[in-house]
Amino acid sequence: MMADTIAWVLIVVIAAYACGGGTDYGAGFWDLLAGGADRGKRPRWLIDRAMAPVWEVNNVWLIFVLILMWTGFPTMFQAVFTALWLPLLLAAVGTVLRGAGFALRKPSRRIARRRIFGAVFAIASLLTPYFLGSVLGGVASGRVAVGTPASAHVWSNPTSILAGLLAIAATAFLGAVFLSTDARRFGAEDLVDYFRLRAVLAFGAVVVLAVIALPVTHHDARYVWHGLTRGLGLLFVVLAAFFGVATVLLLMVRAHRWTRYTSVATVALAVVAWGFAQRPYLLPTTLTVAQGAGAPHALRWLGLVALIAVVLVGPALALVYRLDTKGRLQELTDTDTHAAGLPGDNL
Amino acid sequence: MLSTAVHLANSTPSQLLPSREMMAFTLASHILLVPFGVALPFITLVMHYRALRRNDPVALKLARRWSAVMAVQFAIGVVTGTVLSFEFGLLWPGMMGRWGDVFGLGFGVEAWAFFLEAVMIAVYLYGWRRLKPWTHFWLAVPLPLAAVMGAFGIIAANAWMNTPRGFTLDAQGVPVDVDVRKAVFTPMFGPEYWHFVVAMFMTAGYVVAGVYAVGWLRGRRDRYHKLGFTVPFTIAAILTPVQFFLGDNAARAVFHKQPVKFAAMEIVWKTDTHVPEYVFGRLNADGTIAGGIKIPQLDSILAGFRPDTKVTGLTSVPAADRPTPTEATIVHFAFDIMATIGSVLILLALWYAWIWWRHRDLPLNRLFFRVAAIAGAACLVTVECGWVTTEVGRQPWIVYNNMRVSEAVTHTQAAGIWATLGVVIAVYVAVFGSFLAVVLKMRTRWRIADEAAAGTLAPVDPEVDTPYGPRGAPDPAAVGAATGSRSESGPSGGAR
Repeated sequence: MMADTIAWVLIVVIAAYACGGGTDYGAGFWDLLAGGADRGKRPRWLIDRAMAPVWEVNNVWLIFVLILMWTGFPTMFQAVFTALWLPLLLAAVGTVLRGAGFALRKPSRRIARRRIFGAVFAIASLLTPYFLGSVLGGVASGRVAVGTPASAHVWSNPTSILAGLLAIAATAFLGAVFLSTDARRFGAEDLVDYFRLRAVLAFGAVVVLAVIALPVTHHDARYVWHGLTRGLGLLFVVLAAFFGVATVLLLMVRAHRWTRYTSVATVALAVVAWGFAQRPYLLPTTLTVAQGAGAPHALRWLGLVALIAVVLVGPALALVYRLDTKGRLQELTDTDTHAAGLPGDNL
Repeated sequence: MLSTAVHLANSTPSQLLPSREMMAFTLASHILLVPFGVALPFITLVMHYRALRRNDPVALKLARRWSAVMAVQFAIGVVTGTVLSFEFGLLWPGMMGRWGDVFGLGFGVEAWAFFLEAVMIAVYLYGWRRLKPWTHFWLAVPLPLAAVMGAFGIIAANAWMNTPRGFTLDAQGVPVDVDVRKAVFTPMFGPEYWHFVVAMFMTAGYVVAGVYAVGWLRGRRDRYHKLGFTVPFTIAAILTPVQFFLGDNAARAVFHKQPVKFAAMEIVWKTDTHVPEYVFGRLNADGTIAGGIKIPQLDSILAGFRPDTKVTGLTSVPAADRPTPTEATIVHFAFDIMATIGSVLILLALWYAWIWWRHRDLPLNRLFFRVAAIAGAACLVTVECGWVTTEVGRQPWIVYNNMRVSEAVTHTQAAGIWATLGVVIAVYVAVFGSFLAVVLKMRTRWRIADEAAAGTLAPVDPEVDTPYGPRGAPDPAAVGAATGSRSESGPSGGAR
């Protein structure tokens, strides 16, 4: 019972990371595709400004995921990190490069330096969700079992590749939807349509990938495929699709007020659908939630810690997102800290 | 169980060394940022409070600049810390698979504390412009608490690895009957936690103060430098004697709870009473000691306050269950360097206290500022030394007396991990190098701006002057505070 609860907490936190972190990765994706220094100047300005106050918060979800895995389901954690060693390593390196690139780009005042840091940030924003997605695909396809040695086929199979690409497309979708709203908030009307178009295109990519995935994963990820095409799994897939379509329709009629919520619902419900489809397995079809669960006493305490987290972190998160969306959070400028220009500055 | 343990100890897997090197390298890098993640918000808030309370524009400028540095430093800390979470699985899956549920809860606490810290730091760093001054300040006040709470989680986990408990082993050696409270509050937790937290505040204090000590030595003796030095240095100096007792307490806790680690710290070969203390010195494979200064009886006295205190030696356990002589020498050097630097810092703090008591002012001595300038770097060295002492001193165990490092290590091939280590070193050198370059560049910009402002009586730019948000004319009270202070306040006062 407790093990199931913790498993659902894990799913919810993964969904939160997919949405919070995903929006961030998506912003990085559009940074990558924004074009040269001149053409991409305005989108990058918006991405910097919109992301800066919340990106660290968005990425703490990932640490939560890892901790829930090793405390709640230690054998599953060991199996996943053994079998999927390389993609997880690459995701970790990607996280470092991405965060460092983003944080170091902001205080740089030279185009050449900004370009290097920006490129590192943007490319890592593409690779990290891909590898995390492929890890998820590897698990969903049933290729990971306790004791599976690290090998390429665990993460370079059709399901993994599709899941990785879907992760990129989904993050691009979220990123574009949020940036479109942010553009309106910051009064950059030209960028509203710029990202509106990109959000629709990204959703198109999600749909195309999902359509390809349907026949391909039928045999490749049999258990989860069946879970997603019937019962509660199917219900949540339909709900996710509904919200996705709703997002596109709202974007079309420029009803920007609700698009962020519907896009988040799309991604979160898709993750929850995967959770339903994979029941009762942690690792289909070899390790169930009950088999993989840690000590009952530890799980009860973990549940308590999760509850405290909700009570404490929830209001704090609400506060930061509220302050951010109201435009109360702004970066310190050079005038605020009394900084002078230096020879060679060209920004 | 025992036979497998002996077997494993004898056949060290080839991937063990690169895995240990990688963990050591990434942790050694990350730990340099930890003092600032834990303590810089507090030091900045103290300065910020002074700025608001006394309407002091110099203090406000310092607090803002520190928070601009914090923004970059915190980000690098977040990503290097995330890597460590990944490494638990990538390098030590055996430990997490068997013990994750027993000791993982500390990390759970750390996760939400860190979450809160990330949220509040975002509000603080980005709230300067648009939030009301006192609202902004008060929203950040819980920040040091969250930071200290995060350290609680990490140290609880590490202390558990040193003195594991809160479980019993079944016939297969699998932990059952997990008692989380016992696993979080292990015997080493208290001593290790307070020693660590105080070390973080001291280090951050001395490093920040050191920046202004260097400026002072270079002749920039204005109020800006004086304040930037005094506030963090005072915090660190107050904590230095406290740390002396906490460190001593931690060493004695190790003596009682992890006697073999204590033997390595003090290179004690045979269990005995009247054990001499060696200041530095190397342990040879045959148990003899080369070099170092021998002080008779002192080790026994330090451990139990009496010369006839019995100190457990390394040879009390089989060779496979204790650090090698080389490891013991490393631990001993790390411990002695830490203790030496700690003692010198005590003298520095006493010097500061004496002058302050007599003259109510900073010492004028250049030597004082020279020592103060390197105190921060020395503190970072002690942080590394403390960590080496506790981690190398636990070898060959990852979970003391319960799991060897070789049992926990990944099965990934050694060549792959060596290659990864190479990539990681390259990435970290680039990231930390860029981080340092960016921070130094920020410093240069600020110095040039201050020097330019000092050269002119009129403000450089009227917009520069608003402490909080675009308010138009400079705050008259702020100008009064700046010009009304000591004569050295010229440069920063001129900026108003």
